[in-house]
Order: sequence, then C-alpha cells, then structure tokens
Amino acid sequence: MADDKKHKTLTTGDRTIPPEGAKMIAIYIMGREYMVPETLTIMKAVEYAGYSYVRGCGCRGGICGACGTFYRYIGDYRLRSGLACQTVAEPNMVIMQLPFFPANRPGYDLDDFTGSPHEELRRLYPEVFKCVGCGTCTRTCPMDIDVMDYIALMKRGDLKGAALKSFDCVMCGLCASRCPAQITQFMAAQFVRRAYGKYILPKAGHLEKRVEEVKSGKYEKLLDGLMAMKQEDVKKLYVEREREPDLAEPGKWMPKETNNL
Amino acid sequence: MSGYTPALKELIKRVEATRAARVEKARKGEHFPALTMEERQEWLRKYHPDYKKDGRRKLKVGPNKGLELPEEVARLLESKSRLDTKSIDLSRTDYTADLLVIGAGGAGTAAALAAQEAGLKVIVSTKLRHGDSNTVMAEGGIQGATQEGDSPYFHYLDVIGGGHFSNQPGLVAALTNDAPLIIHWLEGLGMMFDKLPDGRMKVRHGGGTCRKRMHSSGDMTGAEIMRVLRDEARNRDNDIKVLEFSPAVEILLDEKGHAAGAVLYNLETKEYYNVRAKSVLIATGGFGRLHIQGFPTTNHYGATADGIVMAYRAGVKLQDIDSTQYHPTGAIYPEQNVGLLITEKVRGLGAQILNTDGEQFCFPLEPRDVESACVIRECLEAGKGVVTPTGRLGVWLDSPMIDLLHGEGTVRKELPAKYIQFKRYEIDISREPMLIYPTLHYQNGGILIDEWAETSIEGLFSAGEVAGGVHGRNRLMGNSLLDVLVFGRRAGLKASEYAKNHKMGGKATLSHVDDFNKEIDNAGIKDPGVSPILLPDYAPDHVRERQVG
Repeated sequence: MADDKKHKTLTTGDRTIPPEGAKMIAIYIMGREYMVPETLTIMKAVEYAGYSYVRGCGCRGGICGACGTFYRYIGDYRLRSGLACQTVAEPNMVIMQLPFFPANRPGYDLDDFTGSPHEELRRLYPEVFKCVGCGTCTRTCPMDIDVMDYIALMKRGDLKGAALKSFDCVMCGLCASRCPAQITQFMAAQFVRRAYGKYILPKAGHLEKRVEEVKSGKYEKLLDGLMAMKQEDVKKLYVEREREPDLAEPGKWMPKETNNL
Repeated sequence: MSGYTPALKELIKRVEATRAARVEKARKGEHFPALTMEERQEWLRKYHPDYKKDGRRKLKVGPNKGLELPEEVARLLESKSRLDTKSIDLSRTDYTADLLVIGAGGAGTAAALAAQEAGLKVIVSTKLRHGDSNTVMAEGGIQGATQEGDSPYFHYLDVIGGGHFSNQPGLVAALTNDAPLIIHWLEGLGMMFDKLPDGRMKVRHGGGTCRKRMHSSGDMTGAEIMRVLRDEARNRDNDIKVLEFSPAVEILLDEKGHAAGAVLYNLETKEYYNVRAKSVLIATGGFGRLHIQGFPTTNHYGATADGIVMAYRAGVKLQDIDSTQYHPTGAIYPEQNVGLLITEKVRGLGAQILNTDGEQFCFPLEPRDVESACVIRECLEAGKGVVTPTGRLGVWLDSPMIDLLHGEGTVRKELPAKYIQFKRYEIDISREPMLIYPTLHYQNGGILIDEWAETSIEGLFSAGEVAGGVHGRNRLMGNSLLDVLVFGRRAGLKASEYAKNHKMGGKATLSHVDDFNKEIDNAGIKDPGVSPILLPDYAPDHVRERQVG
C-alpha cells in the first residue's frame, strides 16, 4: 500500500499557528492532559494536540451535527455540552466527543400515512408520549433549542409549533443520549417537520402552475432561442435586463417586457 | 474575551454615524452604482486571486496537460494512486449495484432517489457520514423562476452573465428549465420553505439576479434540503444502501473502457472493497480544503477534490478547474469564526458593505467574484480596511440595517443560525455589524459533463460541485443547491436508462491507474504526492516533528 505519510505535505490551511507569547492552557481530551493555546475552539484545540479527526468532524461551521461534545470542568459536578467546532476550549475542561449515537428511526411512507400526521407520529414514536418532563434535553441542546417544549407540542398535536421550534436542529443526537425516557427527539422532530412541510404548510399555487408550463416544453423553446444566439446578442439582453425592485411583494410585480415569461 | 474590542467598538461608531442616511436612501431604492461590464473585467483582472500569476503553474500530465492551475490543484492531479494496484484482487467482488453513487451530499442523494424511483438498486459510498457535504452548509437559498414576473429565460441570462459567458449554454438551459421542477419536488418531500400565509414562496434577490427568485428555509436552506433528502433515502433503505466512512479511491473500468465500479477504502478498518456496478456517479464535491493560495475556506472537512482525481486518471477532461470562487463575505472576527460563511442573504436583505470610515465603496450585490475583487481592492489598494486584533484585514457588513429596513426581529427570524453563531461570542448582529473578507468558497470548474450529467466515459456520470461548465468561471448564489439537485436527479434518471440497457461489464481493471502512474514517472515529476488525500491534515509542526518512524 502507498505510504500514508507521503500525502501529508499536500495541504496546510486550517492549521493553528499560535501567535508568539500565546497563553497556553491545560485541557483533558478523554482524560489525558494537553497544553493548547487559549481561544481555540475545542475542535481546533484537539487538532492542535495532534489528533486527526475521522469521526466527529464535519462542516466545522456549526451546522452538520458531527461534533456533539460533552465536557466538565475539573471540580465542577455539572455535565455540559456543545459543538466542538463552536465551543471555545477553556482551562481544565475534560472533553469527550459523541461522534455517533444509536437513534431509533422507524421508516415510513410520507405519501401514505395510516392516519392523521399526529396519529402517524403516535404510531412511529410512541415513546414521545412518555416524556417525563425533566428538561435534560433542553439543557443539553448545543443549538439552544427548547427540546422539551417541542416534545410537549408534539404530545399536544401542535405539529406546526413542534416543526418551527425544532427547526434549528443539527441532529447531533446529544438530546437523545441523555433522555431518561429513551426518546430519540431529533428523529421524531425530523418526521414532524416533513409532515408539517407536506400536509400543513399551504402549497404554493404559483409553483404548481409554473411546473405545468415547464412540463409543456414552453421554456425549452425560449431557451433554445437563447442558446442559438450570438454571444454579443446575449450580452446585450443581459445588460438590458430589468431589475425587480428589492421591496416588491412576491407575485405582485411584473416587468415591462412580458414576452419571455 | 468576547464581543468586540474597545478599538473595534470605536470604529463601529463610524458605521453607526452614516447608517441613518444609508437606510433612508435604501428605502427609496437608491443604490451605490454597480460596475459596468468593462469595469467588472478590469477589477477582476487587477484584484481577483484567480488572475494572480504567482502560485500557479502548468499541468504536466493527463487530458488537461498544459493548463495553468493553482499549485495546490496541479500537485494533487500529478500525484500517484493510493493503491498498489497489484495487491488488489479484482476478481473478488464485495458489493454489486445497478448504480454506485460516490459521495452522499445533495447531488449523490438526489441521484440515488431518482434512480431508486426508476427501479435501480443503489449503493452510495461516502467518506464521512451521509449528508456530510457542502450542501449542508449552503445557507441563503436555492434559485428557481417560480414567480409570474420571472421565467427560466431570465434565470438563464443571470446565470450566463454572472459566469461572464463562459458557461456551457446547454447546462445553463438544463439548470434553469428544471429549477421549478426541483423546488416542487422538494415541496412534495415536505421541505419547510419560507412561505407567505397563502403558500406563496417568499423570494429575494441574490448577487447578479434580475428577479427575486431565491427560495429559502431560514438561513439553513442547504441543511434543510439535506435533512429531507437523507431522511427520504433512509425510508428507502431496501434499495439504497449507504456505506459511510468508505470513500472511493479509484474508479474501476471494464475491458471496453466503460465504468464498472470503484475501489472503496474503509477509513476505520483500513480495508479495501471492490464494488461492481453497471453505472457510476461521481458526486464528491469540490476542492475547498486544498486551501488554494493559503485562503481559509467555508468548505466542509471532506472537500478534498477526490472525484476529479479519480476521473482524471480514468481519462476524463476537466473544465475551468483553474477557476476558484472566493465568497466575498467570510467572517474574519472573532477568530473562532474565521472562514465561516456569512450568507449572501444578509446583503439580499439590505445589509451594505462599508470601509473603515463607514462608507460604501461598491454595490453590495455584484456577482460574487466582482464583489470579492471590490473588497480586496478597498483593503489592499485604497487602504481602507479594518485590522482585527489578530492582524486580519477586512471590511464591515452592516447587518443592523436589516431590522431597520424590514422591522424589528427580522435578523433573528431570517438569519437564525448566523445570529446564534455570533451570539456565542457576545456579538448581536442585529445591533452590531460583522467583519468580513473574501474566503475560498467554491470550485467553479470540474469534470466535463453534458446536460444529462454524462462524462466522456460510458456509464460514468458526474454531478454537483465536482462537475464543471454549469456556472462557467463564476457562480451566482443559490445556483449551487439547484445545480446539485438538477444534475443529481438527471444523473440518476440517465443512469437508470443506461443500467437497464447494459449488463454488468466483464473483467474490471485498474490499468488506467497504472498508465497514469507511468505518465507521472515519464514526465519526470519529482516526489509526487499520493491522492486522493481524503482528509486534510491540520496537525501542527510540533506534533509532526514527533511523528517519526
């Protein structure tokens, strides 16, 4: 096999090069002490210590949910949580990432519910209705979502409320890992958001009409015309485009030239 | 330390001093004038990183030999395979499928769903988890001409003009024609679009658009799309098998030179697997993590250009791979957010870009490359940038204008993810502006495809950021999410047709890899690297020094 070490010089990029005189702090990665410069995120601190991520690292921007992390400060009984790519490493942090959590996710057919969306939720996730209301999920969520509240909304049948409240979820799984009622909140919420998007949020009528127009082949003809044009002529059309005003209400504004709509 | 430093707070006062007058003008629809077509070209030539001569060189091997590329991309393409081809037993088959999808972001997942609907058995191989991709990071929206005052005709003009007329017209036509179909498909899958109470889609402008056609889902449109598509793929797991942490490292061809599968590498057990498939889709995303010219990047950890490497060795030509998109608004403060994307939606909602004196110096919604050139010019040429405590240079993005223009609470509602990301460091972006500078965002070019995502190799498809030609040398906001879904779905449909009319090929080979390795030796390339690199290496020097033996 090719030597893995050889490719190491190919990229540099995100490597942390601490400024001279940077203050070093002690952190404990899975219990082992490392000295790292202060102000780094946990993720960059772990890399600075010499770890190469395979699991537990994704977008590095707080949206993919790969790097859910639990930590404690030495001498403090409280267990805390955050995303490794978004949480700043601080002195005496004892860190453990949760790169995977086994989630309960029953399959379903979005186009063929056995009952109402709420009944379907009850069928798929009966454990949601056994929430004990302890609030650990809410305290654990690194996105500051009130998880317990959206679970309460689900129980009540307010799927719109639950969909909106859970919208910021990055599906890291930290909530489910701490739930004494063994609920997989983030998967139930995913189901509820899709059920809401499909059955409760009103459909876009203008989109339906436009889809029919596209399927009729109407625009292919217009586009064929553009493709056949000389570049100078296309440039002229581009420069002369009429710009829709920024504050125009959707669906109300119409351009002067309507031939190519 | 949190929030802005006292020195930066002093500078913010200059922004605040001009804000009321700027908001007043914006209300009247008065803009800072946009550049003319000639000025655009001139500013790009002078200030855009793509046009800098240093850090670029001619490629010495392969179908694009002679093309001038950034050093980082050239070195990657001139690297040898990770595989010792002689120790791989190709008579052994570990998995079979009608379609092998390499990459499980938006394009790969859309393709898998389309192929499954057409009756195919699909294997999806991915380097990290299902959904780990740049798709999940796209924030501001997805374009599509769905409103009455708009049509694919005008969308086409915006795309091709934004790309400086270097795009493949057929690909632009496919992109814009299919856009309403894609938005409709997503709506049917239960995606939570931003809508008015009657169901009408909320739309807004992006840089370089003549119509408001940016559809969104808060400021996490890509994340919402990815969540929905992944969830749907999981509902169909009888036919769509996802192999996580198992990136492809080489494409397999059959005796006729048609696509025949791939060799996968299990990152955890370090085993190699042979997958045989009737058709193969490369949907591995872009090259942001190569950190071209040392720029920080907005990209996902896995964006290491694996797909172009594999395809190039198999003999596929690349288009515009020398062209890189720098997003004009990457965060440069606080340090923890450096490189982080600040969605164009912020400017779409009316936030202006200002220099250290709190003055506007460009139209805030130029095409991305032009806008980036404007910011670089203001900082390096005019010397009116703001310097951060860690020595980074940038300009202000005046987000507090948004609530003033659209009402209290708009920032919190329309930009929830961004709001949280800054709030963590005690900066309230609805009250204080952000500091930004261009950041490496997108691989404009890539694998040459036709409008059905076919490559020059039979049975080999490519879609998404890894493919080229759709956006030419510059992409507009909201067309990348659209691109991955349009061409992902088209690839899935075409692959279905192809797989139904073809039997599994005969003997699989890696002889193209051997040939390519030889070509590197013959070209006299000294100390070639090994690629695909799969993951970037961010170990600091003091660690590397001890990683001996």
